[in-house]
Amino acid sequence: MTAFGKLIRTTAFKLIAAYLLVFAVFAGSVIAYLGWHTQRLVTRQATEAIEKDTRFLQAQFERGGVSRLAQVVTRRARAPDAGLLLLTTYSGDALAGNVLNLPLNFLDKEGWREIDYVRSEDSVGPPSRALVHVLLLPGEFRLLVGRDVVEREELRQIIIGPALWGLALLVLLGVAGGLFVTRRVLKRIDQMTAISDGIMAGDLSGRLVVAGTGDEFDRLALSLNTMLGRIETLMAGLKEVSDNIAHDLKTPLTRLRNRAEDALRTAQGDDQWRTATEQTIEESDALIRTFDALLMIARAEAGQASASMVRFDLAETAASVAELYEPVADEAGLDVVADIPGPLPIVGVRELFAQALSNLMDNAIKYSAPDAPGARGEIRLTAMRADGRARIVVADRGPGIAEADRPRVLERFVRLEASRTRPGFGLGLSLVAAVVRLHGGTVALESNDPGLRIVIDLPLDTDENPA
Amino acid sequence: MTYMGNNSNPTVASDSRRSHDGPVIDLADLRKAARDSAQEPAMRLLIVEDDRDAADYLRKAFREAGHVVDVASDGEEGLVLAREGGYDVLVVDRMLPRRDGLALIAELRGRGDKTPALILSALGQVDDRVTGLRAGGDDYLPKPYAFSELLARVEALARRGGPQAADTVYRVADLELDRLAHRCTRAGQEIVLQPREFRLLEYLMRHAGQVVTRTMLLENVWDYHFDPQTNVIDVHVSRLRSKIDKGFDPPLLHTVRGAGYIIRDGVR
Repeated sequence: MTAFGKLIRTTAFKLIAAYLLVFAVFAGSVIAYLGWHTQRLVTRQATEAIEKDTRFLQAQFERGGVSRLAQVVTRRARAPDAGLLLLTTYSGDALAGNVLNLPLNFLDKEGWREIDYVRSEDSVGPPSRALVHVLLLPGEFRLLVGRDVVEREELRQIIIGPALWGLALLVLLGVAGGLFVTRRVLKRIDQMTAISDGIMAGDLSGRLVVAGTGDEFDRLALSLNTMLGRIETLMAGLKEVSDNIAHDLKTPLTRLRNRAEDALRTAQGDDQWRTATEQTIEESDALIRTFDALLMIARAEAGQASASMVRFDLAETAASVAELYEPVADEAGLDVVADIPGPLPIVGVRELFAQALSNLMDNAIKYSAPDAPGARGEIRLTAMRADGRARIVVADRGPGIAEADRPRVLERFVRLEASRTRPGFGLGLSLVAAVVRLHGGTVALESNDPGLRIVIDLPLDTDENPA
Repeated sequence: MTYMGNNSNPTVASDSRRSHDGPVIDLADLRKAARDSAQEPAMRLLIVEDDRDAADYLRKAFREAGHVVDVASDGEEGLVLAREGGYDVLVVDRMLPRRDGLALIAELRGRGDKTPALILSALGQVDDRVTGLRAGGDDYLPKPYAFSELLARVEALARRGGPQAADTVYRVADLELDRLAHRCTRAGQEIVLQPREFRLLEYLMRHAGQVVTRTMLLENVWDYHFDPQTNVIDVHVSRLRSKIDKGFDPPLLHTVRGAGYIIRDGVR
């Protein structure tokens, strides 16, 4: 496509062209109307004057015959502002008047006509245009009475000529302006396209230029830049996650493979085979769980669970999870204290919250079980309203998490070095974070002095009368 | 070794799990005893699965468990076989060539066929389960699964032996559970149960004589469909066992190694 072709194809140019066309048609109509109306006015004035003269001259003819008429015509024809007057015999010989050069046989027919004529007193001047009335008088005399309509032509030249020129100039300026504006728009679009091409080619750090004029292009560029920023973050996250997945899935896979290989090489007797097979299955189950958790987090982060979101009582779920974990905690030397004063209606996926709260209870038991036999610890699960939101707090008295490490543990696969020796997948808290984010809430890790307090805030469903 | 696959449930195979007191049965022994006594008649199963290896494995494993198995390798064939009828349970893969599993089940249900169907699927998320059950499936098991889990679920679906859903009183030996009065007695002595313990025992007794897995308990008693990483269910069952079996003879609530639990009258 040529540059010009590109130019006239733009929306801006097409719009301008359409406006120009509509405007030109409208202005043209107004001018034509004005012109027609003034012409009509001038013609009517001339007609009235001619009729008046005609009546007067006819009266003279009736009173004094052709000689009196000839005298009057002669006198009148000499007056400074005289109209056209001509009196002839039936053969066309002029008796009196001020008109020359009439076309042949012009006076043979009666009626109204327009002619170009030359006055007898200035025979060299250019012909003027006039409206004339031809009458046949008794005795085959012919009388011509007329008036100049030169004013009409002048008016036309004064009004219509400049108006048409102005219109033409306007259209010309419009087209030029359109091309100019369109070129400017095209330039910015081309600029944006070039940058987008660069970004698509892989340079995710590229951003559109914001001119700072606050126009629509700036607004578009700003919002596209925000989107690009989000994409860049997501891509970076994806890369990090795939690295982590590669690491955390490959490590147990390697272990699995080694174990099977070892069994193949050294196992003797049913018992050893059985143990090796059991370990293999156990290892693959652990892998499957890791995989499931990853899928669940990915889905929650993509917002895909929203299809099955319903209104449910989070307090009831919290109570049920507390009840589910109470016996296990008890065996581990921990009392579960559930402080759940009233219902907490929220809209979400109950199953995901059950899983998230289970993960929190699991962690709390794993990390805060007292080592000394006979010692008792405590896990406190609170579900209440706070500042018009639903708040869940899981607090333990374990070692807690150092402040510097807190933001990191919500990420996938992050397990602090201190806990590497304990079982787990490092996905528990990131699942919690993903679930809470999916439901528009926040997770905060705080110190319980000593221990860890996990505070989850979620929007309450305030519709008190669910359908 | 008849059942290589039966020990796949890590909740028992793992040494890290705490062992709980109470009688323990090996699943293989349980099967063998059942077959020998012919107390449990064979089920007729239809497996609709397009993956040959998986289908062969299932056929072999179900046959070893004493059941009669037909295999269809796509949805159309599955529909033809299922419409001939006579099956106790259908095991249907969700993604099948020519007609997918959900459509197959929906078609059968549309024809008024109520044969229990279990859906096997690689999709295991909440939404997928809901669509599966909405299409008319009776149970949903995400892949990969342990065969012991599948077997227990299929047997539970067939509803052999145990009490009917309409029964208000469940009985196993001298243990009685009155579902209307919310009372539990053993040998005439009242046993006080927490509400959750009551529902746990109710579910176990409804499937008396059948193996019930931990995930089945979690799904049916707690309505959760995820796999908690700790042995939460074991501790609940252990507490229940101390209430209903402690001080009575014989023990009724048994742990089935590599599978789950079974409540039944004595050990043969």
